[in-house]
Amino acid sequence: MALPTYASPLEKVWHYAYLALCAAIFFFLIAPIVVVIPLSFNAEPYFTFTDKMLSFDPEGYSMRWYRSLLTFGMANPDAPGGLSWWADAWQNAKWVNAAKSSIIIGFFSTILATVLGTLAALGLSRPEMPFRRIIMAVLISPMIVPIIITATGMFFFYSNPCEPLTWIGLNPECGRLAGTYLGVILAHATLGIPFVIITVTATLIGFDQSLNRAAASLGANPRTTFFRITMPLILPGVISGALFAFVTSFDEVVAVLFIAGPDQQTIPRQMWNGIREQISPAILAVATLLVIFSIALLTTVELLRRRSERLRGLTPS
Amino acid sequence: MSNALDPHAAIVTEAGGLDQGGTLRTADGRPLKAALARSSRRARRRAFFLVLPLLLFVLLTFVLPIGQMLQRSVKNDGFSANMPQLSAWFAEHPRGTEPDEAAWAALAADLTAAAEARTVGVIGTRVNYDMPGTRSLFTSAGRKARRGIEPPYRAAMLEMDEKWGDPKLWSVMREASSAYTTNFYLAAVDRTRDDAGNIVQAPEQQRIYLTLFQRTFWLSLVITFTTFLLGFPIAHLLATLPMRKSNLLMILVLLPFWTSLLVRTTAWMVLLQQQGVVNDVLVWLGVIGNNQRLQMIFNQTGTIIAMTHILLPFMILPLYSVMRTINPSYVRAARSLGATSWTAFRRIYFPQTLPGLGAGALLVFILAVGYYITPALVGGSSGQLISNLIAMHMTQTLNWSMAAALASLLLAGVLILYWVYDRLVGIDNLKLG
Repeated sequence: MALPTYASPLEKVWHYAYLALCAAIFFFLIAPIVVVIPLSFNAEPYFTFTDKMLSFDPEGYSMRWYRSLLTFGMANPDAPGGLSWWADAWQNAKWVNAAKSSIIIGFFSTILATVLGTLAALGLSRPEMPFRRIIMAVLISPMIVPIIITATGMFFFYSNPCEPLTWIGLNPECGRLAGTYLGVILAHATLGIPFVIITVTATLIGFDQSLNRAAASLGANPRTTFFRITMPLILPGVISGALFAFVTSFDEVVAVLFIAGPDQQTIPRQMWNGIREQISPAILAVATLLVIFSIALLTTVELLRRRSERLRGLTPS
Repeated sequence: MSNALDPHAAIVTEAGGLDQGGTLRTADGRPLKAALARSSRRARRRAFFLVLPLLLFVLLTFVLPIGQMLQRSVKNDGFSANMPQLSAWFAEHPRGTEPDEAAWAALAADLTAAAEARTVGVIGTRVNYDMPGTRSLFTSAGRKARRGIEPPYRAAMLEMDEKWGDPKLWSVMREASSAYTTNFYLAAVDRTRDDAGNIVQAPEQQRIYLTLFQRTFWLSLVITFTTFLLGFPIAHLLATLPMRKSNLLMILVLLPFWTSLLVRTTAWMVLLQQQGVVNDVLVWLGVIGNNQRLQMIFNQTGTIIAMTHILLPFMILPLYSVMRTINPSYVRAARSLGATSWTAFRRIYFPQTLPGLGAGALLVFILAVGYYITPALVGGSSGQLISNLIAMHMTQTLNWSMAAALASLLLAGVLILYWVYDRLVGIDNLKLG
């Protein structure tokens, strides 16, 4: 991006203006995420920098909002510390419970989406796959169809999963899936599937099918071939697909609002309620933790991507 | 070389034979053509069986629920299932027939039965959708019906409430008496049926949906355009920098992409508030006075700013991947032939970015049209999109058929765009990071 030597003075001005513009846009992209971090240490219940914070007075900063995450909804938040206090927080603190629900739902929906999605991506990337384009379109569509429409449909379906059977004249009784962990896990798996398909298919594009044939010619059965040859090569793609699926589930509100019951109070749902009702800076503490979480995930995915490219020999390293 | 490991090829060379008829045969004596067809059939079946579990899963948990929603948009048996006798009377008598004593008797009998079964509320709610303000008429009639209604029914019902004689009410009840109706779609495009059953525009104060569809479309266009304005220079910079530097800067694009949507929306709420950081900075800089702080949130401005930020990576990533492949020597050639840098950009560089631009713009537009969370939190009343109205009907007014009809119209729009995207870009080319 260096300026060519034949550039005129006007072009030089243009060039630096362009760089300044790009810097401003990068600032626009990053600033909102960075700004919540210091604000979450605000000692006052405000959403802006106080004078004390700006003068770096230690009194302007405090951990009170982080503490409130641990104590919110506890039976006795002011009790002296100790094991019983931690047990109380683990049992009753709402944010802690929200984190537990989010992790349970995220974990199982990720497993489901990754296993089914990887198998399907393997099938879809074979040259013999019939109806490839249309099946791909159907499998990606949960990402494209607006979440509100998906959630509306799921609300009807999960409230009465047997209703479609009445269309063909049957009339069985079914339990509700809405309000159960199973329902939310199925819904989140559906939403995470497109990400697994996209990332794993992308990894498989450079996959050399003759490796599989070589393994077969050396006497490996299809299972051995898959676990010893295919899997190690596509693993980076599978893991980053799984991370995408996990983040999708971890960040999802609308489907949870529509089909979850009081037991499945996830972190985003708790945040959503917090933002809509009485917004407290504790939200910013959650936001900060989530930003740190996303930085960790981004780093992992980036490392995986590089590893995958190296394995496939796309960039000499 | 490519055939060295091919099982089909191996079979042929082993058998090595042409038979008397001149057809190639495999070792076990079958015609090669049939053996090949069989083996490719098997390969296709194997590929398909890998996809099948997921396909079934998605059909069950995604396609079927959407089908159920489509059905709900035309079906509402809240009235017909609970008012069987009156529905039967409507079925027998054509539109325009004055309700006779039999009709009134059917009405009274159904109301009494419904009052016993405690379903009057359901009936009232259904009629209320088409004729606001009638729910209480049904609930109060239900209360009285439990004490019994004496013939003559017409007089008895009119004595309860004069409104029962309203021809509009009878016309609405007739509409509601069939389980399947297109009325929710009519309402979704601000149309209604008059007493004679003709389709007319809804009364002025009830026309909200078309305005909202227009606003959704318009705001999505604006957001697509602003993401283009902001995304183009960034993508260009990333594509022309050396790999090492651009990978570093790419993190600044990918970090927002990986950060929770709610975190980003919250951040914008914090920044844009009247007592928030942006206003504080503007006051401090002296751009505005302390008492003229800008209202940047809970209106369309808030929606546009926050959604531009959230959707910007979806514009940058496709643009970047196309710009990476553009050969810089074309621009240099244009410059050497005497073009100014602007002309070289306009006539040589920009046209080559169009595939990426199309992909990014379509993706951003498709995602923007269906956005819900961000407008709900930062949009106020003027920055709401059609999704927010669907959610309102689902969770507050509980008019699920109306929500389903609006969702179906939105779905149709999105699917058309998705189809266009698939034709122009191909969903295989969708990349994440």
